[in-house]
Amino acid sequence: MTSRLTIPDNTQLPPAEDAGNVGRLERVLRSGQFAVTAELAPPDSADPQEVHARAQLFAGHVDAMNATDGSGANCHMSSVAMCALLAREGHETVMQISCRDRNRIAIQGDVLGATALGIRNLLCLTGDGVQVGDHPEAKPVFDLDSLSLLEIVAGLRDKHVFASGRTLTSAPQVFLGAAANPFAPPFAFRPHRLAKKIAAGAQFIQTQYCFDLPRFQDFMHRARDLGLLEKCFILPGVGPLASARTAEWMRRHVPGVHIPDDVLKRLEGARDQKAEGRDICIELIQQLREIEGVSGVHIMAHRQEAFVPEIVKRAGILGASKS
Amino acid sequence: MYSIRLWAARHARLLELTYQAVEPVIIKLQPLWKSVGYARAEKPVARLEQACKGLLFDCQMCGQCILSSTGMSCSMNCPKHLRNGPCGGVMQNGNCEVEPDTRCVWVEAWEGSQRMKDSDAIQIVQLPVDHRLQGSSSWLRVARQAAERRESLK
Ligand SMILES: Cc1cc2nc3c(=O)[nH]c(=O)nc-3n(C[C@H](O)[C@H](O)[C@H](O)COP(=O)(O)OP(=O)(O)OC[C@H]3O[C@@H](n4cnc5c(N)ncnc54)[C@H](O)[C@@H]3O)c2cc1C
Ligand code: SF4
Repeated sequence: MTSRLTIPDNTQLPPAEDAGNVGRLERVLRSGQFAVTAELAPPDSADPQEVHARAQLFAGHVDAMNATDGSGANCHMSSVAMCALLAREGHETVMQISCRDRNRIAIQGDVLGATALGIRNLLCLTGDGVQVGDHPEAKPVFDLDSLSLLEIVAGLRDKHVFASGRTLTSAPQVFLGAAANPFAPPFAFRPHRLAKKIAAGAQFIQTQYCFDLPRFQDFMHRARDLGLLEKCFILPGVGPLASARTAEWMRRHVPGVHIPDDVLKRLEGARDQKAEGRDICIELIQQLREIEGVSGVHIMAHRQEAFVPEIVKRAGILGASKS
Repeated sequence: MYSIRLWAARHARLLELTYQAVEPVIIKLQPLWKSVGYARAEKPVARLEQACKGLLFDCQMCGQCILSSTGMSCSMNCPKHLRNGPCGGVMQNGNCEVEPDTRCVWVEAWEGSQRMKDSDAIQIVQLPVDHRLQGSSSWLRVARQAAERRESLK
C-alpha cells in the first residue's frame, strides 16, 4: 500500500556527538518516559511579563510548552518571540509554525532565527483558515502546507540546504513535530496522512482534542498495521471542558473537534460541570496511556491553564514511564 | 461546475483511463509542438486545457497537475490549496470547514483514489507549488519533459 513512501525511523537516538543539542522533550520521549506537553496561549500584549506569568503556571509540571502561532487565525504575540523569551528563562518550548501567514522565504528565515535563539522543537502546521479568526479580510498565504513545510525544515537540518538548494553554513538542529486529527473524515485516510507526515520528516505528533476513545484506538490500530508506531512519538491532545455549553460551542465552531454525545450528557448531568470536565480529562489521560504507541499527552486547557498542574498530578503522569 | 466536479471524482477510474489514452497522444505530437515552438503553442494549448479541465474539474490551472494523485479531485479547489491531503477541519459530514456547503475536496479525492487502478498515487508527498507555473499548460509541460527524458537517454 505504501510502496512509494519511504518512512524513516525517526525514533532512533541521534549520534553521540549531537547529543548536546537534544532538548528535554526529545530526551524524555527517547528514554521511554511518558511525556507531558501543554499549550501556552500567547498574550495580546507586548509585555514579556505576561508571557512569564503564563509560563510560571506550567513550570515543573510539563516537559515542554507549545507556543501557538495565531491559532484560530486570531492575532496574538508571535510564537517565535514567545519561545525566545521562554528559552531565555530555561523553559523547554515547542514553537508552532503555521503556513497561513508567511511564505517559504519568511518561514525558513524564522526557523534559522528560532534555532539561533535556543528553540529546539518545532510543530509544523498548515494553520487555521483566516475566515475563522478576527481578521477574516486578511490574505491567506498558504504558500506551503504542513507536509512541504516538514520536508523543507528536514532539508535545512539534514541536507543543510534551503528549499532553493542554496547551502547553509550551519544547520538548525531541531526536533520536528506535526499535528494529526484522527477524528475528522475521511477516517480511512488519516493513518495514511500520518505516514506521509513521517515520510516528510515528522518525529513527533500532537493530535487534535481526543474525546472519542474508540475512534482513536481504531486510528492507532491502523497506524500500527502500517508500521508507524515505531517511527514516531504520538501525543494525543486532551483538555478539560469547562461546561456542557462550552462543549456544545466547540462542537459547532472549532473545526475538526469531535465531542461524542455521551461526553456531553455526562457534563450536563453533573452538579459541578467544571470539575466534571477535569475528571473526564484525567480519566481519558489514564485510558490513553494504556494504548499501544501513545508516548505522552498534549494538554490544551484553553482558559483553564491554572488547572494543568492539578490534572497532571491527579493523572499521575509526570515522570511516569510509558506503559 | 460543482456538480460536474463531483461527478468527475466519482468516475475517477473512467477519467484515469481517458488520461492514459490521451497522454501518449500529446507526447506523440511532440514534433508538432517543436515545430510550432513551445512558447507559441502554449497559449492555444493552455486555453484548450483550461476549457476541458475547467469544465470537468473546476481546474485552476496551477500548471503542475496532480489530478492522477488526487483521485481526479482538483486539490487547488481546497480553500487552503492543500496538495497533500485533508486538513483537520473537515466536518463530520465530510464537508469543508471553510465552505460548509461544499464537500471537502480531499474527502472526494480519497474516495476517488480508491476507485482508481493506481490508488497508491495519493501517498506521494507532493512538493510545494511552483507559483511561476500558474496559468501555464500542464499537458505541454508533460510532453516537453517526456521528450527531454527521451533525449537524455539517447
Ligand atoms: C495540536 C495542534 C495545534 C495547533 N495549533 C495551531 C496554531 O498554533 N495556529 C494555527 O493557525 N493552527 C493551529 N492548529 C490547527 C491546524 O493547523 C489547522 O487546523 C489545519 O487545518 C490543520 O492542518 P495541520 O497543519 O495540522 O496539518 P494537517 O495535516 O493539515 O492537519 C493536522 C491536524 O490538525 C488538526 N486540527 C485542525 N483544526 C484544529 C484546531 N483548530 N485546533 C487544533 N487542532 C486542529 C486537525 O485535526 C488535523 O488533522 C493546530 C492543530 C493541532 C492539532
Ligand atoms: S476541509 Fe477539505 S477542502 Fe476544506 S480546507 Fe480542509 S482540506 Fe481543504
